[in-house]
Amino acid sequence: MKKVTEGLKAIAETVALCRPEVVSAYPITPQTHIVEELSVIVANGRLKCEFINVESEFAAASVVLGASVAGVRAYSTTSSQGLLLMAEVLFNMAGMRLPVVITDANRAVSAPINIWNDWQDTLTIRDAGMIHLFAEDNQEACDMHLQAFKIAEDHEVMLPVMVNLDGFILTHAFDPIEFPSQEEVDKYLPKYVPLEKLDVKNPLSFGLMGGPDRYLETRYAMAETMKTCPAVIRKAARDFNQMFGRNYGELIEEYKMNDAEIVLVSMGSIISSMKDVADELRAAGKKVGVLKIRCYRPFPVEDIIKALCGKKKAIILEKALSIGGVGILTADIKASLYGQKNVPEISDFILGLGGRDIRISDIKAIVARAEKENVKGEFYGLDPKLVEEMDK
Amino acid sequence: MVSRRAKNILIGKPGTSLANKTGGWRVFFPVVDKMKCVACGMCVMSCPEGCMQTTKETKTLVDLDYCKGCGICAKVCPKTAISMLKEEK
Amino acid sequence: MSTVKLFNAGHTACSGCGESLAARLVMEAAGPNVIVTNSTGCLEVFTTRSPQTAWGVPWVHSLFENSGALATGIVAALKAQGKENEARVMAFGGDGSTADIGFGIISGMWERGDDVLYVCFDNEAYMNTGIQRSGLTPFMGATSTSPAGSVTGGNQKQKKNLPMIAVAHGVKYVATASVGYQKDLQNKIKKALEIRGPKYIQILVTCPLGWGSDSSLTIQLGRLAVETGLYPLFEVEEGKITNTMNVAKPKPVEEYLKLQTRFRHISKKPEEIAKIQAIADANFKKYKKDSVLF
Repeated sequence: MKKVTEGLKAIAETVALCRPEVVSAYPITPQTHIVEELSVIVANGRLKCEFINVESEFAAASVVLGASVAGVRAYSTTSSQGLLLMAEVLFNMAGMRLPVVITDANRAVSAPINIWNDWQDTLTIRDAGMIHLFAEDNQEACDMHLQAFKIAEDHEVMLPVMVNLDGFILTHAFDPIEFPSQEEVDKYLPKYVPLEKLDVKNPLSFGLMGGPDRYLETRYAMAETMKTCPAVIRKAARDFNQMFGRNYGELIEEYKMNDAEIVLVSMGSIISSMKDVADELRAAGKKVGVLKIRCYRPFPVEDIIKALCGKKKAIILEKALSIGGVGILTADIKASLYGQKNVPEISDFILGLGGRDIRISDIKAIVARAEKENVKGEFYGLDPKLVEEMDK
Repeated sequence: MVSRRAKNILIGKPGTSLANKTGGWRVFFPVVDKMKCVACGMCVMSCPEGCMQTTKETKTLVDLDYCKGCGICAKVCPKTAISMLKEEK
Repeated sequence: MSTVKLFNAGHTACSGCGESLAARLVMEAAGPNVIVTNSTGCLEVFTTRSPQTAWGVPWVHSLFENSGALATGIVAALKAQGKENEARVMAFGGDGSTADIGFGIISGMWERGDDVLYVCFDNEAYMNTGIQRSGLTPFMGATSTSPAGSVTGGNQKQKKNLPMIAVAHGVKYVATASVGYQKDLQNKIKKALEIRGPKYIQILVTCPLGWGSDSSLTIQLGRLAVETGLYPLFEVEEGKITNTMNVAKPKPVEEYLKLQTRFRHISKKPEEIAKIQAIADANFKKYKKDSVLF
């Protein structure tokens, strides 16, 4: 039965169904309702779990890291500045091969301080060695958490997973959500079995120093896992679909792509609007499709090549950038297509930063603009008055 | 599928440092005068390497595989039973 | 003789290292049923160069400033598994990790009342990176970032009083110890591990390299620091000093200072030595048995 629930509360409910044994998080907008709701769930005895209040996101990440080395399922959540404060721990968690799941309510990074949505937080730490998943809507965000634990804890993977959902746009939206039963979740996601853990009966040392003679191999192992884990991610999605009857694609989702000439490419909640635009433009006779990137790390290079080669034009909508470089998603896509045959023309737009609204009409205008010429890293939707003011 | 997971090469098994014989660092080595040694254990308690042991019967023994020759034992010995001699190489 | 112990030889600490000695003594006192978290620093580096480890208990290192939070997570995980009586959790850090970069984490751990024995191995500077000043570097001590210059000589700041900060947090058992008094150190560890809740023990550990002392003098310096009054040994239980190490005849601080090159720059400056003597004298007055601190 569907229940109308706020995005964050729905995620908290879903996380509780996943039975984490240790949860630690620190409040930050727009993530706060997850940590609030989970504390309520634990306080009311609905989830048997150690909920640890901490003094910072750095501490939260460190607490769940410690819990994970001790062999239990551990969870945390954050946004923006909080994610950056966690950054040092996240790199460490991935290097130690600990399958912690972290939800990031995607938010812009200061300065100027801004609590609204873009992807700068999560894409800034893309090199930590975590698996990054992006949800299009709240139902997918909830379902993705079940998959995230399953992927992270797979013995062929053993890497932390970050589930991303767009701040406010999804986090604070009320949607009808289908919650699985506890029995179903337990069946899909059995108890976590660590490979090794801190144990007085088998006193191993974890987190050893890796000198020049060993460090290279540890990073190689992570990179290799990133190459093989797509199979696990695909299986998690397929098994989920089979059990719960909901399908969001695997590493990518293709929408009306079969005969598409123009492909809109992006991640997260903007995909819904892009699908609407594709429908509208198709009604007007334009062959438009949508490529949704569901798994950003590992980057689905093969899927991207298969989806885009042979198309006329790809238009990338990007809610983050590497300042002084190019759009982050764009860089990944262009690198994937290099050397391939029948590569489409690529236009990429930076838009929506810091929560700037993106309307259906904006996406249509972008398509019209890209049809005229190839555009590289153009900021879409700038306020001309403010730009003029800055030049004074 | 090649598994490059987590059989983490950065996990250590207990006491594997024993393979590292630090005795090679030594410039001076301790010599225990068993006539003077009363097996009080002061040196055993004070050795950073934990490489000394003592009993009334054996008196103090030094594991030269690990002794770095710091000389703490000689300084703390209440009976001045330990002297530090230079290693000849 | 080389059977596997709780803290094993083959570690790569400098010759005469007080920290390695203290770590061994702590482990012997603690016994096998403990889990240790260890901050980045000398102790971590010289015990766990992959693939070797000197540890014989479950041990984990993550970062420079989070051994306290790791310990919290481990305690929580043990509790979640119903194994809270299976192992006691200890967090280890050096003085820089404890007093400076990791202090926020430790304050959080104390405030939550987590059942962790935190042990600070205090060698009074960032020794692992080459002897830089920390919040626990003593007054006048020369380090590579508080050098003995021609205008200022050594560390111009007072040593941060971490034990009293711990007491102010309501830490149940707070004690100082010195590598010079091994039995006392071990008794304090044993006593602390009997207590549930937050515990803090700060151990003075001689660093021959960082202090500029002869490697054979590690124990003597650990004792002189106490005998001069510069490093008073005490126990605070529930806010009250329940024990202090009695020093019948205090020694002049000069006896301690002259054995270390970090104080060489004041060796011929009696007015500077007098300032350090004043700190020692004040310590004897301050840390008296039965004083209620909080």
